[in-house]
Amino acid sequence: MDAKASFKPVAADGIDRSLVIRHLRKEYRSGLAVLKDVSLTIEGRGMTAIIGPSGTGKSTLVRCINRLVDPTAGEMLFMGQDLAKLRGRALRTARRRIGMVFQEYNLVERLSVIENVLCGRLGYLPVWRAWLRKFPPADIDRAFRLLDAVGLGEFANIRADQLSGGQRQRVGIARALMQDPDLVLADEPTSSLDPKTSVEIMELIARRAGERDIPVIVNIHNVDLARRFADRIVGMSKGEVVFDGPPRALEDSHLMAIYGGEGWLE
Amino acid sequence: MSDIPAPVPRRLAFPPNWPMRIGLLVLLLYVVYASTILDITWTRFVAGVSHGGRFLARMFPPDFSPDKLVLLEAGMIESLQIAVLATIFGVALSLPLGLAAARNLSPAPLAWTARTLIALCRSLHPVIVAILFVKAVGFGALAGVLALIVASMGFLSKLIGEAVEEMSMKQMEAVRATGAPFLSVVVMGVMPQVMPRFIGFSAYQLDSNLRNSALVGLVGGGGIGATLFTAFQRFDYDFVLTIVLAIIAIVMVGEIVSGWMRRLFQ
Repeated sequence: MDAKASFKPVAADGIDRSLVIRHLRKEYRSGLAVLKDVSLTIEGRGMTAIIGPSGTGKSTLVRCINRLVDPTAGEMLFMGQDLAKLRGRALRTARRRIGMVFQEYNLVERLSVIENVLCGRLGYLPVWRAWLRKFPPADIDRAFRLLDAVGLGEFANIRADQLSGGQRQRVGIARALMQDPDLVLADEPTSSLDPKTSVEIMELIARRAGERDIPVIVNIHNVDLARRFADRIVGMSKGEVVFDGPPRALEDSHLMAIYGGEGWLE
Repeated sequence: MSDIPAPVPRRLAFPPNWPMRIGLLVLLLYVVYASTILDITWTRFVAGVSHGGRFLARMFPPDFSPDKLVLLEAGMIESLQIAVLATIFGVALSLPLGLAAARNLSPAPLAWTARTLIALCRSLHPVIVAILFVKAVGFGALAGVLALIVASMGFLSKLIGEAVEEMSMKQMEAVRATGAPFLSVVVMGVMPQVMPRFIGFSAYQLDSNLRNSALVGLVGGGGIGATLFTAFQRFDYDFVLTIVLAIIAIVMVGEIVSGWMRRLFQ
């Protein structure tokens, strides 16, 4: 990918979508920090992969950004405001600009595929429109186009629980893009999928976010996938950042520092 | 080495459960005591059975004379209306109350207030509630409807609250992550998950209100119960049998309809 050579921190449309995390700390139980003083600056474009062992706080970090988890301390500056301080309406307004893709897809099972995609617009619409399913025609057109783009155009009207894992994750991606986001978070998007589908899903996220020049932060277990798709890799261990650099700089010694041991590297 | 195995103390597969034995003995003693206090004796039972025989004989043949059928029809129609109105209003009020009672959705003070209200609705039998309403708003169908609304709210809100507490939080979390306002999260993330069960409960409640609408009439709540009570007072036991048969028929029809409704919305 030559894009990396000409990598600029600001997107082509001139909007700065960078995220500055400063001294982020999260304790679920007082005194036991899952995230210890994480500081990261994530440029406003390209894919950043966060790797690290289970339970090391990757998921917590990503969930802090859209405040599904409330951080204990620290700040997260994004598009002119500190995400850590937002509440109520301001928080919802910030959330609707941050798309999220989940490990277990988290589609509303009993809603149709198109309804799930349209959920991405709920932050922009009054409740009665959701209640009566009176979505604006422009939103409906865009939802169909996004479903076509993820290859599920003909599945629009079937219920989400009828889909396979890979198909569900495609719907999850369409839902996140439907928000017209300035940032996409992906929390282990491939961990419940087979290897081939995992690659397809990562390609889809990279391509669709790349077209729109939106930054992506992805938690991922699979180091090979991270190497293949990310522009930057952040390695975490025990709640701290222990590696930060481009994929080609990631060596076995770093992986040992991140995951510990070496037998698994053979 | 000897061929005879060393004597092993016999192990008990079912050791005696003394607390259970003592408990059963106490229960037996209490039954005997309570029967003596309440004057429940064999002689009285035998006398009662022969009275019952004479009563049953007077019920046959059931009275299907046209003037009685007019009374029966009027009473039945009123009971049906009581049941349907009570179910509709009960369902409409139970939905918000049930959502408020779900501890994974509403803040603790609201949840506990709602739970207290539900417990209050459930604490008294519909007949007692009906007596209260007859005293408050006077004889007639209004008292019956109000009593059954209270009963429906007690039953439906509790079950809806429980259904909401058992739903998948992941599906709701994904809708919340789009920046949707709270009520939109409820409409698109919560309702689809609990709707089938809600419809099932409502169908069951309609069935149960049909049965109870006959009951509240006995204490002045209008409907077929009032007709039944009058027939008893006038010793029209043959008409009593007609009414009882009609109630059985309508309850059976109600059961079939509610079963059919539940299957339809599974």
